[in-house]
Amino acid sequence: MTIDWNAFTPWSALAGGAMIGLASAMLLLLNGRIAGISGILGGLIGRTPGETGWRLAFTLGLLIGPALWLLFAALPPIRIEAGYRLLVGAGLLVGIGTRYGSGCTSGHGVCGLSRLSPRSLVATLMFMSAGFATVYVVRHLLGA
Amino acid sequence: MKKTHISALMAGLVFGLGLLLSGMANPEKVLGFLDLAGAWDPSLALVMAGAIGVALPVFYLAKGRDRSVLGEQLNLPARRDIDRPLVIGGLLFGIGWGLAGFCPGPAIVATGAGQAKAIVFTLAMLAGMGIFQLLNRPKAA
Repeated sequence: MTIDWNAFTPWSALAGGAMIGLASAMLLLLNGRIAGISGILGGLIGRTPGETGWRLAFTLGLLIGPALWLLFAALPPIRIEAGYRLLVGAGLLVGIGTRYGSGCTSGHGVCGLSRLSPRSLVATLMFMSAGFATVYVVRHLLGA
Repeated sequence: MKKTHISALMAGLVFGLGLLLSGMANPEKVLGFLDLAGAWDPSLALVMAGAIGVALPVFYLAKGRDRSVLGEQLNLPARRDIDRPLVIGGLLFGIGWGLAGFCPGPAIVATGAGQAKAIVFTLAMLAGMGIFQLLNRPKAA
């Protein structure tokens, strides 16, 4: 393993992570809810009565984040290598997988690990190892 | 607008800004973290550490409470079983994450940034959630 020191951004990673943790704490303390993005979106699609408002509000917050950022600074780079066909396939996998597995990076990875939930630990190990393996296959075996 | 809607909006906003600042909203950086065998960028491990470092004590303190500060019911998941959907769902998600470099939160944020490719990914992801919903709809009696 070689570490790419030029790409390594420890301070913005830690600070951004702390903000993600703070947002999860806010949603828990104020709304009594877990900040799991796939669960929040899934609940919008399923439409449980009385459950739509806060979910829409949270999603709106995520959506307007970049606009608020732009008021103060240029947006950080968002580079998407994958082509459209691959993005559709990946999106379907992420949508089905996160709902079937009851969570994603936020619900299991941040909130679940913070609750010391054994289910979330297993889920996090699963999606992390599948992510590592997939990138290994795509970049080093298929040589894309 | 209800108080709980404003608080959810604020939480979403802070969450989204955190994703932008941390680099999580950039698939190139996410894939650099997932590429252990290449030139590895360990940054995202610190995103997790920062997030859990802040959230863990708060979740610990909230344990045992049954109402939020705004009087909402505190909904903490109670399940502890490790079942097949948890494992298979996690693996499917991880494959999709490794193919595109997007997980759900960053996809929404990049959509808000107006990235056409992120919009396509997000629509496919929502379609996937819809497919799950259809397959899991309780059978009509």
